[in-house]
Amino acid sequence: MNPDHSDYVGATAFPPAPGLGGGPPAETVLSVKDLTVTFPSDDGPVQAVRGVSYDLHAGEVLGIVGESGSGKSVSSMAVMGLLPKTARTAGSVLFRGRELLGLSEKEMTGVRGRQIAMIFQDPMTSLNPVYKIGWQLAEAVLAHHDVTKAVARKRALELLEIVGIPSPDKRIDQYPHEFSGGMRQRVVIAIAMANDPDVIIADEPTTALDVTVQAQVLEALRAAQQETGAAMVLITHDLGVVAGQADRVLVMYAGKPVEIGPIDGIYYHPRMPYTVGLLGSLPRLDQRSQEKLTPIPGTPPSVVNLPPGCPFAPRCPLRTDICLQSEPALLPALGADHEAACHHSDQLTGEGAMDIFSTDPNAVPGERPDAEAGPPPAGPGTEPGPPPAGPGTEPGADPQNGAAQ
Amino acid sequence: MTTTPTPPATPASAPLLTVRNLVKEFPIRSSGLFRKQVGVVQAVSDISFDIAPGETLGLVGESGCGKSTTSRAVLHLQPATSGTVVFDGVDLTTVGKNDLRRLRRDMQLVFQDPFASLDPRITVNEIIAEPLRIHGLYGEKDAGRDKVKELMATVGLKPEHGNRYPHEFSGGQRQRIGIARALALRPKLLVLDEPVSALDVSIQAGVINLLEALQDELGLAYLFVAHDLSVVRHIADRVAVMYLGKIVELGPRDQLFDHPQHPYTQALISAIPIPDPRRERTRQRILLQGDVPSPANPPSGCRFRTRCPKFQTLTSEQQQKCINEEPLLVGRGPGGMATSDDAVHKAACHYAESVQVL
Repeated sequence: MNPDHSDYVGATAFPPAPGLGGGPPAETVLSVKDLTVTFPSDDGPVQAVRGVSYDLHAGEVLGIVGESGSGKSVSSMAVMGLLPKTARTAGSVLFRGRELLGLSEKEMTGVRGRQIAMIFQDPMTSLNPVYKIGWQLAEAVLAHHDVTKAVARKRALELLEIVGIPSPDKRIDQYPHEFSGGMRQRVVIAIAMANDPDVIIADEPTTALDVTVQAQVLEALRAAQQETGAAMVLITHDLGVVAGQADRVLVMYAGKPVEIGPIDGIYYHPRMPYTVGLLGSLPRLDQRSQEKLTPIPGTPPSVVNLPPGCPFAPRCPLRTDICLQSEPALLPALGADHEAACHHSDQLTGEGAMDIFSTDPNAVPGERPDAEAGPPPAGPGTEPGPPPAGPGTEPGADPQNGAAQ
Repeated sequence: MTTTPTPPATPASAPLLTVRNLVKEFPIRSSGLFRKQVGVVQAVSDISFDIAPGETLGLVGESGCGKSTTSRAVLHLQPATSGTVVFDGVDLTTVGKNDLRRLRRDMQLVFQDPFASLDPRITVNEIIAEPLRIHGLYGEKDAGRDKVKELMATVGLKPEHGNRYPHEFSGGQRQRIGIARALALRPKLLVLDEPVSALDVSIQAGVINLLEALQDELGLAYLFVAHDLSVVRHIADRVAVMYLGKIVELGPRDQLFDHPQHPYTQALISAIPIPDPRRERTRQRILLQGDVPSPANPPSGCRFRTRCPKFQTLTSEQQQKCINEEPLLVGRGPGGMATSDDAVHKAACHYAESVQVL
């Protein structure tokens, strides 16, 4: 299964993948086409992912951003084949030309970790509390390589050193509870790179961590990526993290990519009103601004029984009749590699969030005596009240609500 | 706002809230049968600050630094171990139960999690009416109803939705309900404990704007506890940075962010990712080593010295001062010289030095 394990035994470190630094025409390692994921529910099918397509080139970092419930995590779980059996997945996921969707569990086990590795959000739950760190690292190595335990342990030590764990020879014999959150996440990163994968999918890898620890872990992640030469899919809701890490960005909304392109294009010349709004609603650490933030009115739609047309239309100040009738396709907007799904993306040249969202013609003044003082989008009519169908409409909300009870 | 030394929000008039030498300790108990006390954790260790009427003080720091404990001690929800909390001229640490209840009208709390802080079994009308009823201010049925409707409109909710239950609202709307409930008694001080951390960014901006508008309209003072420095930079007038139970730097917002003096503040600011790819690529990060030490056994002298990048660059003679002598939170001149006690920008570092991080 792993023809290269013979040269692994003698190697102190894995050689970088051939694709790394190979110039612009890099090889496509992962190609996702029209991926859809549907979950059955009492209220009808939940279309969590409604057609995601992207190509991931060797050695690059693709950032996937979006808010809760936008389908960014589910689409990556589908790539890894980690969704529950009730999920219906369609489309195509090609890893170096090999179709991954529909592989048997046994075949998929050979892919996971070896070719595509995953880093989860919560390092508290992704490590096994009853095994030592060294054992868990060695297990990852032994899963794909026919080597002795001593060799696997040596490799485990090396990995801990790469991700910046101080005195790895002592830490290797400790249990996860003896590690802090940031240290645990480094161990998870070490496990992900144990088999020199071609693709690392990191799902909110720093969301559970404090900022100074986040900076350390991002550094470790970068070290891991450079060491393995892997391409990375970085899923996050934090536009700051993506700005510092990614080469290209994919913006998701209501289960679909609405904009994809090189990082500078997305941040400086966004061509989809949702991206513009997302960037405009962020408070900035580096700006002395007394101006109000520009929130996006309304809330994300329910992905059960999505109405026709653009899913962002109800919140979009640029909407016209066509937006309510047909859903725009992802089309080249600014050069061939920057695509946006908006009927009016040609109107978005150099417009800031303030220009678009604060002149919303449909913003009904609030019922407050002085509508000026109120947040513009908070007036009735713009924040469309509670979700129409009550429970079950907001995928992210209900489990938490249940827990609160 | 400019970098002039006098922040506009700190008038000479009496502060609304004065916290002096606040200490909050929690016992560490053995796991044995009698759960004997074997030690003590100082979650908040001798901190002092003021909040003026109508002002926003941002309290920032990482998990476990004591910022939430501070906010609870300020409201006297968890009585302080020692120190004084004077609100509107009354010392909460000595006041009797009845007087405390009356004072609580003027100080309200908004919680982080809008899913856990609203009772799922009662309607929004009842949630907002509850504080009015408790304090006997609901009045006749119609008058009370009108008050609740007005509060809902104030926070940008439709008053007709008052008969719905919390689960029928989205996260941002629920947080607005929590704010309406806190406003019901027309308080002078709102303690906001991570009020927008649980919300998506596009929703978060609306709640921040609402809080700013309410402050302008009602003259509220805010103690804004958060770990997100970007939000604090946007909303706060002054900022206090906490590390391991201590305030390490306190100053007017722009002065603190543009010219941070304490090495921890500098590291914290440099660690925050900025949503601007070109700036991110060229930024210098100050990476801290290791993790926050246990508050049960903090380092001697300066608590930050074990992770301090500045400490590494000092001579061993200079380091002795960090190890033996706890730095006070005072105004700092060139070379970290302590200047005056009541400077507007204070830092607790023997070798404080203004550095531009952004």
